[in-house]
Amino acid sequence: MLGRIVLHLLVLLILSPLLPGVIAKTKALFAGRIGAPLLQPYYDLARLMRKEFIFSRTTTWVFLAGPVVGLVVPLLAAQLMPFGGLGASLSFRGDLVLFVYLFGLARFFTAASALDTGSSFEGMGAVREVTFSCLAEPTLLFALLVLACGADSLTLNDLLGPALAGRWHSGQAASLALIAVCLFVVVLVENSRIPFDDPNTHLELTMIHEVMVLDHSGPAFGLVLYGAAMKLLVLGALLVRLVLPLQTGHVLLDLLLLVAGLVGLAVLIGVVESTMARLRLPRVPQVLVGTTLLSAFALVLVLR
Amino acid sequence: MVGLLVFGLVLIATSGVPGLAWRRGDSGERLFCGQVLAGVLGCLVPLAATAVSGGLRLELPWAVPAGWLVLELDALSATFIAPLLLVVACGALYGLRYWPQAEHAANGRKLRLFYGLISGAMLVLLLARNALLFLTAWEIMALSGYFLITTEDDKSDVRQAGFIYLIATHIGTLSLFGLFALLGQHCGSSDFPLTASLPAAGSGLLFGLALLGFGMKAGLMPLHIWLPGAHAAAPSHASALLSGVMIKTGIYGLVRFTSFFAHIPAWWGWTLLALGAVSGVLGVALAIAQHDIKRLLAYHSVENIGIIAMGLGLALLGRSAGQPALVVLGLSGCLLHVANHGLFKSLLFLSAGSVIHSVGSRDIDHGGGLLKRQRWTGLFFLGGAIAISGLPPFNGFISEWLIYLGGFGVLETPSSPLAFAMLSVPALALIGGLALACFVKVFGVVFLGEPRTDAAARAHESPPSMLWPMALLLLACGWIGLFPLSLRALLERAVSDWTGAPAVATLSADLAPLGLVAAIGWVLVVGVLLLGAWLHRKSATAPREVGTWGCGYLFPAPRMQYTASSFGDSLVRLFQFALRCERHGDRVEGLFPDKQEFSSHTPDLVLDRGLHPLFSAIAAFLGRLRRRLQNGIVACYLFYVVLTLTGLLVLVRL
Amino acid sequence: MSESLLANLLLLSVILINFFCLGSARLVACIRAIAVQGVVLALLPVAVHGLCAHSLVLGLGTLCFKGVLIPGLLLRAIREVRIRREMEPFVGFATTLFLGTLIAACAFLCADWLPLAAAHHEGLLVPVALTTIFSGFLLLMTRRKALTQVLGYLMLENGIFIFAVLLSEALPLMVEAGMLLDLLVGIFIMGIVINQIRREFSTISTEQLTALKE
Repeated sequence: MLGRIVLHLLVLLILSPLLPGVIAKTKALFAGRIGAPLLQPYYDLARLMRKEFIFSRTTTWVFLAGPVVGLVVPLLAAQLMPFGGLGASLSFRGDLVLFVYLFGLARFFTAASALDTGSSFEGMGAVREVTFSCLAEPTLLFALLVLACGADSLTLNDLLGPALAGRWHSGQAASLALIAVCLFVVVLVENSRIPFDDPNTHLELTMIHEVMVLDHSGPAFGLVLYGAAMKLLVLGALLVRLVLPLQTGHVLLDLLLLVAGLVGLAVLIGVVESTMARLRLPRVPQVLVGTTLLSAFALVLVLR
Repeated sequence: MVGLLVFGLVLIATSGVPGLAWRRGDSGERLFCGQVLAGVLGCLVPLAATAVSGGLRLELPWAVPAGWLVLELDALSATFIAPLLLVVACGALYGLRYWPQAEHAANGRKLRLFYGLISGAMLVLLLARNALLFLTAWEIMALSGYFLITTEDDKSDVRQAGFIYLIATHIGTLSLFGLFALLGQHCGSSDFPLTASLPAAGSGLLFGLALLGFGMKAGLMPLHIWLPGAHAAAPSHASALLSGVMIKTGIYGLVRFTSFFAHIPAWWGWTLLALGAVSGVLGVALAIAQHDIKRLLAYHSVENIGIIAMGLGLALLGRSAGQPALVVLGLSGCLLHVANHGLFKSLLFLSAGSVIHSVGSRDIDHGGGLLKRQRWTGLFFLGGAIAISGLPPFNGFISEWLIYLGGFGVLETPSSPLAFAMLSVPALALIGGLALACFVKVFGVVFLGEPRTDAAARAHESPPSMLWPMALLLLACGWIGLFPLSLRALLERAVSDWTGAPAVATLSADLAPLGLVAAIGWVLVVGVLLLGAWLHRKSATAPREVGTWGCGYLFPAPRMQYTASSFGDSLVRLFQFALRCERHGDRVEGLFPDKQEFSSHTPDLVLDRGLHPLFSAIAAFLGRLRRRLQNGIVACYLFYVVLTLTGLLVLVRL
Repeated sequence: MSESLLANLLLLSVILINFFCLGSARLVACIRAIAVQGVVLALLPVAVHGLCAHSLVLGLGTLCFKGVLIPGLLLRAIREVRIRREMEPFVGFATTLFLGTLIAACAFLCADWLPLAAAHHEGLLVPVALTTIFSGFLLLMTRRKALTQVLGYLMLENGIFIFAVLLSEALPLMVEAGMLLDLLVGIFIMGIVINQIRREFSTISTEQLTALKE
């Protein structure tokens, strides 16, 4: 188990900044630019760690709690999540609820640390974050219910276990495809990607996640970026495992498969970001309600 | 043991009496506080003994006809009594400085008298095993509750809230009279029937009466009308007692009542599950729309009662379908959430009271930046907020997690109609997400940012005797969150008390691995503390001279910060179909608009939108009818006499 | 399962397109979605009954009419009347979507309750057909613009078509062809009427048509 934990931590710590790099590269290629190097997020992190802090007069200790919780939560949640063929390092009945609620804790502190600055822009970001996430949460739970329906177990490890490949070939393939689509939307929302949020926009009024961390600086901002990348990896691993339920039994091959899947997901996100426009903000809740209903429909399909 | 329990009970119930003699000076309140604490200590010993070994029972003759003083302390009662004692003790200590006699000479003695009386009445109620005794305690509790709510009876809104409470609680009491009369007929004695002894046949009316009577007290959704106003009107430590403990007596009643039956019809469970889900979602949606911190917390009580009812509903479904695992998970989740809600809701009310004490307003938008001025209050409120949002590592997560497990657990029989109970899972997720949004809002607007008013800028920390009770409650929250296994035995015994069968299933590691959840909670706490300490040390020397980046605007003012209304607006709009929020002046027209005002107000769904117009219409109709009948024409009155006479003659002939 | 995996995926995408049309305000996107639905339906006979002349002809006909011709006409109409969005429907988009899901759930849970041939039980065809028909009705009832109503009409027809696929062995080609022809003529007339209405009232909202009732 200890080996598994170390392996999961290593994958998470080393690989996670690669994904934003891949997304940025894909977008650059679509725009006809060469773009920043793939490893740019690593350089950014290293640079931020060396920089000094600047704090607003208004802030308190809660301001720093946001990045800290935002980093610790993905590290813990990753232990519950099977990484491709590599099983979860910790697995127990009901860990899927803990998984969802851990990210809730991170959201609480990220939003609180945004409000700590007293800026109305950051307040806007915090509202949007908590609003959209609380609409995305039922979708996630519906998707987990669909997975749990045929799995006869309540651990993420078994829901996304070897039996999943067989379910794709049974009559449940349709609902699995549906929840894969819904989970992709959840990944996009939770990680603040286009079409729900534009991480590269220049107007604070329209941002969600980026505006919440506007006042962070130096190592704290580094932690924020690192935590966001890890969150993308952990949630992405869920989707990758759902779509690619292959298992070779060999650690290295499984790892390779996971990396390939994650890079594929990042490219897909990059393509979506390059080809779609950001949704108008009032439309986002409608889309999220739509995905919730879609996942509920997937549940109906699997139940009949 | 029994003697000690009764002694403690009497001490608590009469704790306000000696203080009546002192009009001035603080001896009266000190005596009160000491007596409550002594009484709580006295009750704790038998309670601990019950948790370790079996229950206690006391039977004495009573002068009332058909009455019989039967008290029994079993594990089911103990799970309700334990948080009660803690909250009563904390509230009494807190009240010393929050509502001192010197500042409230007019109503301080009244408050303390009824505070003690309601605590004692609730203890008797939770111990009673005789219908008459139960109803007596119930009525004393209801009336003392009224006097607690109307502590400041010189204010008209307080009197109004108390009046609504009085009507609501007596409708509940009336239906309970009916319930226990029928129950007495059923089993031939006014003593409570044995667990799992009654047949389910013909019990539909009983359940309906119980749901009305107990649901009214608990504040389930269409019956919650009295709750927001009452909790907002009472002093904070009394609100903590009312919201944290008193409404749970309704849940206790439902749990105890359902334990009498050997078989449970499935529709009982479905009804509770549906009512719970509605209360949960609409309660929290209404909470988001509030500006008054105590009204907001009161609506969160509706939400949490919804979660508790969902747990109980799952347990009832498990009983009727014969699934012991579902019974254990649902009921232990329900009971644990009862205790948890008692703890964190009291904590939140006490810390909200501390804010109100120093800012002098219940409006959330009058706060801001209080974490710098009230660092401990802020910390305690944050802990309570995380706990009530059901987030790890606090206690709220543990109980919600158990109910989640129950909701997921119905999947093990996928083709039965029971599978629809899994819809409780997304409902819980939605409730959790909304509660999180709501408490980010309250904590952020009240404690973070810059002060929005002068009063908030001049705020000061409350005295230690107000802080210690909060610290104690937060510790209890953390304890349940990080050592949930310590309650396992008590919960299992309570479940077997409810089902009447010993150990139908246990909260074992493969059904509900509480130990692992707690372990992850520990890792979370340690990880956050370590990383936080590192970051704190690294940033200790950083300057704090600049202002917040205003995105290019150079003169930001505190009034430009996001307010509670603007924070809640997007969510309120989502639930507009149910909330019907009223907005005034949100349109700005023209190129150079004049000074504009905006206000929003969300009236209660049932009371202000349903009952109030309905009763006004009925009153208007009856008024018109009266004017028609009482028209002052003598011929008409003679006609009435003739009509009556004819009617009587016909009646006699029939 | 009587149908192949391909047929199931096709039917599922039909439902997804239904949902999309119910939840989307953009008319062009809706028309395109209906066109895609037509293409999917064209593949359906082949997927269900295998490669044979009958299903090929049916498929090709459907492709031409539902996938290309009718959407093309509608897109031209939309260019002429210059509207892009369905504003202010009678019932909100989220609510319509919710109702749509409710319909779908009911159709799926209750389809087996209908007196069907044993071979059609448990299949996706019947519930999907029901869902599509009722979604079409929903679209017809909740929208203001004449164009969206045409879309609802199309969706309704698509649902009937799915039912027809179930029976396509028994269904003479001519019947289906006649139906499609009816539809085409209907669309033509609609297009002409829409243009006339716009010229007269400078709007294509159907609300104003109610004034003509007397």
